[in-house]
Amino acid sequence: MPVAVALEEVSCVFVSSGREVRAVDNVSMEIQEGEFFTLLGPSGSGKTTCLRMIGGFTLPTSGHIRIHGQDVSLLAPYARPVNTVFQDYALFPHMTIIDNVAYGLMVRGVQKSQRLHQAQKLLELVQLPDVAQRKPGQLSGGQRQRVALARALINEPKVLLLDEPLGALDLKLREQMQTELKSLQRKLGITFIFVTHDQNEALSMSDRIGIFNQGRIEQIASPSDLYTRPSTRFVAQFVGAANVLHGPAAKAIGYQGTMMLRPERIKLGVGGDHNFSARVQSKQYFGAFWRLTVLLDHSDIELALDIESSSNLPVPDVAHAVMVRWEANAVHFIAETPQI
Amino acid sequence: MRTFDTHLPRPQRTTDALSDLLYQRKGVLLTVLLVPPLLWFGVIYLGSLLSLLANSFYRLDDFTGQVVKELGVENFITLIEPANLDVAWRSIGMALAVTLVSAVLALPIAYYMARYARGSQKAFLYVAVMLPLWSSYLVRLYAWKLLLAKEGAISWTLQQLHMQWLLDSLLSAPWIGGNSLSFSPLGTFIVFVYMWLPFMILPIQAAIERIPGSYMEASADLGATPGTTFRKVVLPLAMPGIAAGSIFTFSLTLGDYIIPQVIGNSTMYIGQVVYKQQGVAGNLPFAAAFSLVPIVVIALYLWLAKRKGAFDAI
Repeated sequence: MPVAVALEEVSCVFVSSGREVRAVDNVSMEIQEGEFFTLLGPSGSGKTTCLRMIGGFTLPTSGHIRIHGQDVSLLAPYARPVNTVFQDYALFPHMTIIDNVAYGLMVRGVQKSQRLHQAQKLLELVQLPDVAQRKPGQLSGGQRQRVALARALINEPKVLLLDEPLGALDLKLREQMQTELKSLQRKLGITFIFVTHDQNEALSMSDRIGIFNQGRIEQIASPSDLYTRPSTRFVAQFVGAANVLHGPAAKAIGYQGTMMLRPERIKLGVGGDHNFSARVQSKQYFGAFWRLTVLLDHSDIELALDIESSSNLPVPDVAHAVMVRWEANAVHFIAETPQI
Repeated sequence: MRTFDTHLPRPQRTTDALSDLLYQRKGVLLTVLLVPPLLWFGVIYLGSLLSLLANSFYRLDDFTGQVVKELGVENFITLIEPANLDVAWRSIGMALAVTLVSAVLALPIAYYMARYARGSQKAFLYVAVMLPLWSSYLVRLYAWKLLLAKEGAISWTLQQLHMQWLLDSLLSAPWIGGNSLSFSPLGTFIVFVYMWLPFMILPIQAAIERIPGSYMEASADLGATPGTTFRKVVLPLAMPGIAAGSIFTFSLTLGDYIIPQVIGNSTMYIGQVVYKQQGVAGNLPFAAAFSLVPIVVIALYLWLAKRKGAFDAI
């Protein structure tokens, strides 16, 4: 599959109050054509700066950015074949919705009747055929989000950049928009580069995810690979819940190196490949499951484990003694990189 | 089921009772706060405006020099005499030119202040814009008189640069020319622009400051060059600020009677006529009628600006 966007050793360095900040530090990656690629990481990890460099709003300090083979590293945003859906939507408040959507054609000198026709078609695509004459202020957050999407699509970009576009929506709407965005991307077949700090969003929508931490890429992999085979401790702990043990703690239960064990892979009761007695420390209800933290006896190792609510097993209370078990294949080992 | 406790603790002190009253009845606080300024606005401000309007319909008895309180339109007939119309048009023309040039000068400064200046640089720019307002208007005016004089700094500098011809050709132009800068309408214009520029910069700066940076980014992202972004996004959204600033520059120019007296040729502006009529001539009714001209012009201007959509972005 051809490469849509390539970053080659891209860095972005700011000077903030006399101190050098490496917002993006030597990042290389290749995003395939037609891929739904997500940049995931905590705030300040460099994912948004990375997206802004692809869009042209921030210029890289070093390195190259190619879009469909063309080196765009230092081009202005209007000279790049990408469009962006902004976090605050950035709809022009003084224009009607249809003029907002048609803006990209207007600045290219497309005839009025033609661009309005085109804009109306895009409003239908995002299921808002009747808001053409309204102003952005008269729409709800979800509607504005769709209009921003329509506006970004009007120039038929090869690559669409989305900067936390669902961040301002409430949970229900957010989940609905996730489904819609994903199906829209399949329908249009264009490359989506999506920035989020919400790991559930990233896992449910993406073909591949690049995990950012402190300006660097920790791992690029498919969602299931990230979840089951994280390559660093940071990824293990950032994507989903994880029990990560290393050094003496791992040794105490018979492991070498750094190991990861997902809470849902630990069961109560005897049997299994590994068996430990423990005491319940805390108990939290999450609807679909209970999360217990237990302290293994004769150690200071604390493990989180999930019990499905539908399992009909009695859920032990805090301070009760329990037996925990897991299978050997539930454990994933992380090749430890030197700690900074 | 919870029942409401009807025995709430009673206020202890009068101040408690008062603050409870103000909290429970929001209208009381609002009334207390709003009545004095409304009285001021209603009685003193609007009252004097109405008195001005009434005065403009009175007339001066030429023989006794007394104001005759009989309603009539003589003043307005005098107003449309060529000499007076000339004054009105000259003032309006000057006000328009000052407004236009102030807006053109203010936009880049305001844009820089709002979008690029940070921290101490921003503070410096604020002070630099406001600093002239800290010193007396008359001091600055007479300073300009010296700068613009025939042997003044501007003329001297141009001479040294062998560009005296530029000044001479400007001063020999009809309408704006004169003996020297300090005795020409061009000089009056320069000083007007200098005096009122801060009143144009600050509202525009505030308007541009309110435009989120993502609007400019979105425009560029959709393929607009910086020029197009400026015309289609920045200018429309800065319009309320430009309109507010232009009301300042326009009305201040129309109302001023000192600048054209100190700098310029002997042609008159509205402010000077009003000043002379109510002072030396003692013709208060005609002065009142003439001061209605700026009010009407500005009302027309606002109406036009609104029709053109200058306030749509508010």
